[in-house]
Amino acid sequence: MMRWILLCLVLALPALATQAQTEEVVAGLSQNSVSITANFDGSEILIFGAVKRAAPPPVDDGPLQVIITVAGPSEPVTVRRKEKRYGIWINTDAVDVDAAPSFYAIATSAGFQDVLTDVEDLRNQVSIPRAIRSVGAPMTVLDSESFTDALIRIRERKDLYQLNESAVTVAQETLFNTSVTLPANLTEGDYIARILLTRGGKVVDQYQTTIYVQKVGLERWVYTLAHEQPLIYGILSLVIAIVAGWLASAVFRYIRS
Amino acid sequence: MQIYLPIAEVSVNAFLLLGLGGIVGILSGMFGVGGGFLMTPLLFFIGIPPAVAVATEANQIVASSFSGVLAHLRRKTVDVKMGIVLLIGGLVGAAIGVQAFAALRAIGQVDLLVKLCYVLFLGIIGSLMFVESLNAIRRSRRATGPVTTRKKHNWIHNLPFKMKFRTSGLYISVIPPLIVGLFVGVLAAIMGVGGGFVMVPAMIYLLGMPTKVVVGTSLFQIIFVTGFTTLLHATTNYTVDMPLAVLLLVGGVVGAQIGARIGVKLKAEQLRILLAMMVLAVCGKLAFDLLVMPSELYSIAATGGHG
Repeated sequence: MMRWILLCLVLALPALATQAQTEEVVAGLSQNSVSITANFDGSEILIFGAVKRAAPPPVDDGPLQVIITVAGPSEPVTVRRKEKRYGIWINTDAVDVDAAPSFYAIATSAGFQDVLTDVEDLRNQVSIPRAIRSVGAPMTVLDSESFTDALIRIRERKDLYQLNESAVTVAQETLFNTSVTLPANLTEGDYIARILLTRGGKVVDQYQTTIYVQKVGLERWVYTLAHEQPLIYGILSLVIAIVAGWLASAVFRYIRS
Repeated sequence: MQIYLPIAEVSVNAFLLLGLGGIVGILSGMFGVGGGFLMTPLLFFIGIPPAVAVATEANQIVASSFSGVLAHLRRKTVDVKMGIVLLIGGLVGAAIGVQAFAALRAIGQVDLLVKLCYVLFLGIIGSLMFVESLNAIRRSRRATGPVTTRKKHNWIHNLPFKMKFRTSGLYISVIPPLIVGLFVGVLAAIMGVGGGFVMVPAMIYLLGMPTKVVVGTSLFQIIFVTGFTTLLHATTNYTVDMPLAVLLLVGGVVGAQIGARIGVKLKAEQLRILLAMMVLAVCGKLAFDLLVMPSELYSIAATGGHG
């Protein structure tokens, strides 16, 4: 019985906290959907907002900071490492990462260490290493951390993971804005944009919204056909190939004669 | 002009693809090869995921081989009967190859297998061709030297199930062509190539087919094997990228016609030695990558899916 009461209390705590808070975030996006067309070459999303207050801003908790994250759909990935065996470099050890976002961008209003404490980061899963969920590495791999590091390094190089410190402008502790660059090699799915308000490294309030990224037009048609009618798609590809081959031969024969 | 490829899910320059198709097309027209062995590594290099590159390249080869085989059909240099025997082996081989591809991808060794296959086959074929064409050039310089004739009868002619191949003027067992076809089918599925560079020498030296029907017959067989491979990849892995294939084949078929013009102006031995050097260069580059420590030791793949 005691346990139930405790559980209820624990569940009720966040609700109480919400009531007690004095600052609330109101935010908007320049666009809440991204269309991948044939000439898609990346996109920029402007995220802006304001802080709503019932009382004057507290002074003793430090300045107001804003963290904005945009996360692509998560999927399990396998990270492999090459080792020299029999004179050539081949894949040996592998670590499965349970969920890694296909895209993850963080923008903060100051240095990351200054806007969020480690405990709060752990609770809200904000930083790039925390956004990746990796549970078990096989017993043979002792340094599983270097595998997740490699995952982050490779994706950072492709601009798929971005950490932009001090990229959020905050005006008079009330208005804030930033822009997030989506690269051209974007995958489809629902992207989650999160806006966190922090004071003294603690999260005061957060807001979440979805950006729909999807292929449209010809891209959509090709993708859907390839996945839903693969046989027809395959045959169509062959027909195109054969017609093109025949056309080329016919055209050049006509030119020659 | 950037274009977003819906299956590969990357954005690449459309003119770059047209250009690549064109250059490989010129080379394939000059040398009478499919060009898959050059195009597939080039696609890896510009960032197309290997699974998509291999499957899409198979589709492109259908177009270039079809364009080529039409010319050979008009000249009646296609041994359809031999082509069908090779094809039966090829289809079985392609099915085995796609299975092997899937099994190796699950344990993360598919890249290694593909690269080892390339190094091994390009190395062997390239060296053989190089030596052979050097000898041919030397012979033509001397001009009086005795012309070595191929041994017409070897152990292959003692196998059962003999069949008459009228166009090739052969009466041999169906087992060797079936095995050659099977082998090339496996290669086509794993390496994303038509396999002409393996099949052409095999037909000449192993089966003893006359050189004039070899290219046409090999193209005839390649159309069906790569077509079948395309369908298998499209239905099991969803990795055929139609816009990518269209861009490559537009460049490719135009390039092939131009290449054929250039090829006529060069001597056969010179052509072969150039091709041999190109094959060896690709082989050397791939071998170098396997032997030298890569700059990034780690790689990412989607668990269980394509990547």
